[in-house]
Amino acid sequence: MVLKEVRIHGRGGQGAVTSSQVLAVAAFYDGKYCQAFPSFGVERRGAPVEAFTRISDKPILARNHVYAPDFVLVLDPTLADCVDVGKGLKKDGIVIINTNKSAKDFEGKIGGKVVTVDMTKVAMDIIGKPFVNIIALGAFAAITKEIKLESVFKAIDQEFSHKKEVGELNKKAAEELYKKVKGV
Amino acid sequence: MTEMVVEASKAIALAAKLCRPKVIPMYPITPQTHIVENLAEIINNGELDAEIIHAESEHSACSALLGAQASGIRTFSATASQGLALMFEVLPIVAGNRMPCVMAVANRALSAPINIWNDHSDAVSVRDQGWIQIYVESTQEAIDTLIQLYRVCESKEVMLPGMLCIDGFTLSHVYERAFVPDQSEVDEFLPEYKPLNILDPANPITMGPIAFPNSYMEFKKMQHEAMLLAKKEIEKANQEFGKKFGRKYGNGLIETYRMEDAKYAIIGMGTLIGTARTVVDKLREKKKKVGLIKLRSLRPFPDEKLRKAIEGLKGLAVIDRHISVGYEGPLYTDLRSAFYGSKLTLSNYIAGLGGRDITAAHIEKVFIDLMNGKSGGWLL
Repeated sequence: MVLKEVRIHGRGGQGAVTSSQVLAVAAFYDGKYCQAFPSFGVERRGAPVEAFTRISDKPILARNHVYAPDFVLVLDPTLADCVDVGKGLKKDGIVIINTNKSAKDFEGKIGGKVVTVDMTKVAMDIIGKPFVNIIALGAFAAITKEIKLESVFKAIDQEFSHKKEVGELNKKAAEELYKKVKGV
Repeated sequence: MTEMVVEASKAIALAAKLCRPKVIPMYPITPQTHIVENLAEIINNGELDAEIIHAESEHSACSALLGAQASGIRTFSATASQGLALMFEVLPIVAGNRMPCVMAVANRALSAPINIWNDHSDAVSVRDQGWIQIYVESTQEAIDTLIQLYRVCESKEVMLPGMLCIDGFTLSHVYERAFVPDQSEVDEFLPEYKPLNILDPANPITMGPIAFPNSYMEFKKMQHEAMLLAKKEIEKANQEFGKKFGRKYGNGLIETYRMEDAKYAIIGMGTLIGTARTVVDKLREKKKKVGLIKLRSLRPFPDEKLRKAIEGLKGLAVIDRHISVGYEGPLYTDLRSAFYGSKLTLSNYIAGLGGRDITAAHIEKVFIDLMNGKSGGWLL
């Protein structure tokens, strides 16, 4: 069984929990099994929060926390300074950070491979607001190859079924990030 | 049937809707789950013809549940933790009046210290108040069991209330894939509620009057006998649900996993079973003869089925997500009584209190302890 575990770091109000859910829905559209859950903390705006997604070819039985993620997605660049975002990362795992810095700036600070993408810039350019929680999944799809971009689009359509225009902007920005990472 | 990725709380709301309750009393503030929030939305959208009663406390919500059910209709409610504790006084009144109310309980710790996370101390503490209690492992099982519960509770032989017990957060806040049945399918499985007695001003009767010492015991005995009969109804509902929907959960009362030739096993309730399944699979690959027993029905207690399930076992570890302070895990007490006279070695682990994660490493340690003849303890 191929089970992939994802940990998403964000700040309260940034939508990390929604990221984990939309990622799960995208995996579902890929025909995979999925599970998303928050870290069940006390919710405060601005405080570091974590959310998790499991993706697998087979039904997911485990219901304990994620301790050894395959992928880590960091929505807020300042979190890498105050939270151990590489904690428990699998040997060949990847940490994806939304930042305008280069991966080299994180060398030695985070165990494991680091990929940096300036998601906030794309969000500002296309959406006009620094909302990266959904569009980050475009970068995630390109870097991890665990989900298809079309499935991310479908999941965005579902999430924004009541706000179609916002959904379209998120799709556009997610695609932009996907292309940026792919270098096309 | 539609498959979707859905939060367990929402899935339970969707399942409740499919059962067509007419009145949903609720106390919508902490410690509440998204279940009633989702139902309020469903009703507001005109998808369910039901009345919500916003009570001023869980005590009132449970009283309203009883009153509404007495008027001859199907009801639903949900609560958790201190909310269930506040309902305590009314719980035996619902059961003693033989009202087949159904309620979802997102199992969460009781204060103090203040804690909002999962354990079984809320529901297990009200175990003896005459409600059927079924604990589930997954979103799918929660949906399916809720629909079955109405059938069990409303069957003429039973006429008792039921609790669907789901692990707070560990299940209630999880998004995963689940099949949500269609209304027509549920309508075929769950007939319209036919009350035996109706509290109706046009035809006044007395419900819940005093029973003097010369009759109270007879009422309690009938209640107890009905609860014992519920075992058969739970099995039947599981069986017939399986035929119609293609999903079954063991025999309805318990579900076993890889127990065919098992020498050592773990028994527990709720989501810890899922994690334990992964550990059993891992140990089975190493040729260890281990298995699992999931207890679904805590009340009625399926002692005969359990005695059958342990045949051939050398050791069984009982994981309790609750502690009877000053003694031991309550499930352990029940099982020692059920297995009295058996040569089986039993051990007891207290785990997962106040949301402490029950990890695969915990479960593996329990199996290793079992195989080494070590006794239980606290999984900290």
